[in-house]
Order: sequence, then structure tokens, then C-alpha cells
Amino acid sequence: MTESASEHYVILGAGQAGAEVAASLRKKGFEGRITLVGEEPQPPYRRPPLSKAFLSGEAEEASLFVLKPEQLEKQRIDFIGGARATAIDRDGKTVSLDDGRELSYDKLALTLGGRARPLPIPGADLANVFMLRNIADVEAIRPNMVEGRRLCIVGGGFIGLEVAAVARKLGLEVTVVETMERVLARVTAPVVSRFFERIHREAGVDVRTGVAVEAFEGEGAVQRVKLGDGSTLDTDLVIVGIGLIPHVDLAKAAGLECDNGIVVDEYARTADPDIVAAGDCANHPNRFAGGRTRLESVQNAMEQARVAAASMLGEGPAYENIPWFWSDQYELKLQMAGLSGGYDDIVLRGDPESGRQFSAFYLREGRLIAADCVSRPQDFMFAKKLIAADASPDAAKLADAEVPLKELVPA
Amino acid sequence: MPTIRFIEPSGTEHVVEAENGQTVMEAATGNLVPGIVGECGGSCSCATCHVYIDQPWFEKLGTPDEMEEMMLEGAVEPAEQSRLCCQIEVADDLEGMVARIPAGQL
Repeated sequence: MTESASEHYVILGAGQAGAEVAASLRKKGFEGRITLVGEEPQPPYRRPPLSKAFLSGEAEEASLFVLKPEQLEKQRIDFIGGARATAIDRDGKTVSLDDGRELSYDKLALTLGGRARPLPIPGADLANVFMLRNIADVEAIRPNMVEGRRLCIVGGGFIGLEVAAVARKLGLEVTVVETMERVLARVTAPVVSRFFERIHREAGVDVRTGVAVEAFEGEGAVQRVKLGDGSTLDTDLVIVGIGLIPHVDLAKAAGLECDNGIVVDEYARTADPDIVAAGDCANHPNRFAGGRTRLESVQNAMEQARVAAASMLGEGPAYENIPWFWSDQYELKLQMAGLSGGYDDIVLRGDPESGRQFSAFYLREGRLIAADCVSRPQDFMFAKKLIAADASPDAAKLADAEVPLKELVPA
Repeated sequence: MPTIRFIEPSGTEHVVEAENGQTVMEAATGNLVPGIVGECGGSCSCATCHVYIDQPWFEKLGTPDEMEEMMLEGAVEPAEQSRLCCQIEVADDLEGMVARIPAGQL
């Protein structure tokens, strides 16, 4: 480690991946300088509560911080907030920031995340049309989360559905408009989508699927949403949650290969030996995806970041962790393990048509590749082990809630 | 500001000044205690902050809720004194508490 004590490692992007790279470097004994650069003024923070407890007002801003300012200082992590890198000079090994600063680096980590995908329709710039990606977004939204107001959520993904759950609890009238034929269409099977549509409808949400949003209208602030079926919705505010665009421009301009994300290998390395990338912005080989993929999750951000930090120090291992994800809506906890794309069979444990807890197991050629577990945490925990072990559990036993999943895990 | 002692399987000890109101997981991750991951940030969704709590503190903490119990069942090597430390709020009466870190979390 001593030879690296004089080195300077720079991390661009201070989300959970960036913070984890910094923390891992220190945990692994790196003694050199670490500079962490973030676009937002806050120290690294956890994003998942933004659409849950932080939106509802239950969580304070400081409770989101992964590393508080004094902890960053104690660990000698120089944090530069409110600054954005504008260029990487790979030959000179320097990074330019938009505040005019120039940082020289020995190793560079790109944990740049992404930005909320805008909806390019008329009226998208009206007041009270919001997106939700960071603390500032939520702070702008929160004063509008008042009982009796009408909220239109565009997008039936996780952000949209979590916001719907919070908004109903706060007493707003909520409509969710989803262009696809069902909510969560990109990440779950139809049976799971139908479950969440039912849960939200039972909670009083007007869920409309298969309908596009054509325009936002109003004098100054949004008052109406014009839908593709010709109808209009009166509304007081709109929250658009239609996905994320990974930040790749900086890497692309520096000549690094980008293809739906910054292209890295299983060690989170780019083709430049001094540059790694991890998290939402990284396109990586993933055995659970059966090829390259880009994942938008805390699991991927943190675990790939640890691999990236190890690579900066010239160590292994490869990134081969099982993807997992969670979402809290109302009193329900959805936990997902594996990646379900390409399944050829689905086995249910419990009844999603009428119950409020069940698990859906996704199989491919008999092998368990993914599980969506609603308020069945033991199923999730053991499904994760089964998937990681490439197990092919008996379908009848998977379906039988009387058989603990634990018993299906190979010894 | 109670002191919490995190002990790695190797015996290496990390003594951390915790703040009242934060969780034991946050006290660990904020001080870079190795082996406590806290991936889900404290929402009881991942079981990567699993620890074994020594007596008398284990007793003092009371019973974990149902969700935590179910998550613990699937943790790596659960034992009688297992807890998810994101579900333990730091308070003065935890002064000196010993939390033993398991060999693995994932």
C-alpha cells in the first residue's frame, strides 16, 4: 500500500456508488488522496427513501446521508459538492470541473449515475410538473403534497407506484397513467403487474394503462393533462417517473466506449487501465442477464462499486453478485431476486388475485432465474440462494406454501 | 453518545461513538466498520447488517419484529442472538454493547 500513499484517486459522481468506492478504498487500506466530486451540494445520500419516507416527510434529510461531512473528513475523503466534471483528459490524466478547477488523477472512477428521463411533450415546462431524482426535486414537490390535491403520475414504474402510495396516505387524489398495457411492464410478469394494479386501485388510485400522455395544459401552472385517448384529466400537479438516462456524455467525449452506459468488463474496468466505472451508468457483463446489461439499483451501485475500488488497487474479484431490488408500497414489501427476462415458466406461491402476500418464481428450462416476493421475506432470502446456486427446484414444491423454501436449498 | 464495540470474526475490534437516534447499522457504516454493509439503507430488505449481540444487551433490546425475524431466518448463519442492526436504534442504555460481525453477509 505504501507506494499508493502519494497517489490521488478521483471519483466522479457522489451517489451511493461513488460513496462506496471511496469507503471501500479506505477499508482496503488505501492511504492516498481521495477526491469525491458530486453535482449536488449534499454529501453522498441514499436515493431510495426519496420516493418513500423522505417524500412523506417521515425521514429528515440528514438521515439520508451515507457519509456525513464529519465522517468524510475523518476518512480523509475530500468532497467537492455542487460541481460537475466537464472533461476528462486521459493523456494528461486530469479532470476539468465546471467551477474552473482542474484535478489530476492517478486513478479515476466514474460513478455518474443518470438523470430522470424528461417527457418531451407540450407543457412539460409548466410549473407543478415535476420529476423525481434528487433531494431538490422532492423539496420542490413536498409543499404540493397536500390532502385533497389532485396528483397525476406519469409512468407506472417503481417511482410512480411508490409516489402513488405515499400520496394516497397523505390524502391526495391520485391518477397513474402508464403508456404500456400494464404497470411495471419492463420488470415483472403480467400476474405481478395485475397484483400491483389491484392494490393501488383498492387504495383509491385511478390506474390507467395503455394510455399515452400527449400534453400538459394550464395557465402558468399545470391544470390539465391531455391523454392519447382524447380525454383530459384535471390536476394540481404532475410527477413524471419514466426512467433514467445514464450519464455517458463525459465518458463518450473522452473516447471511452459507451453503449447504453459506459462499457466495462467484469472487473468494472473501462478500456483505459486507469479508469473504472460502476453503478447506474455502467454497462457490464452479468451472468444473471446472460450477457451485457445496465442495472439501476442500489445493489448494483454498491456491489459493483466495491469491485471497482478493488480494481483501482489492482485486486479482484470479478463482479458476479446476484441482482436484487426492493420496493415498499403501502404496508407491502416487494423484494425481487435475479433477473426474470427470458423466463419460460412461472410458478406462484400464494394468491396474487386476492391476497396481499405471494411469491412468483421465474424458471427457464427448469432453472430458477428470478423471484418476486411480496411480503414474504423468507422466500426472497432463500430464492436468492437458490438462484445464485443455479438450482432447479421442484415446481410443485415451489408452489406449496407449506414447504419452506429453505428446504429446497441444496446443502 | 454511547460506545458500541463491533468485533470482526478475526477478533479485530472497532470501537465506535454512536449517536442517539441513529441506527447501529448507520453507526457502523458511517465509521467504515468492515463486514456491515447495510445495502438497503435500513429498510429491513437485505439482511446485510446481520450481527450477533452479546448479553446483556441482546436481552435489553427486546424481540425483533416479524419482518426482521423472517429476514434473519435467511441471513448467513443465523443464531440465537442474531439481529439486523439497522433495526436497533442507538440509545444511552446501549453503552458498551458488543456486536459481533459474521463471517459473511452475502
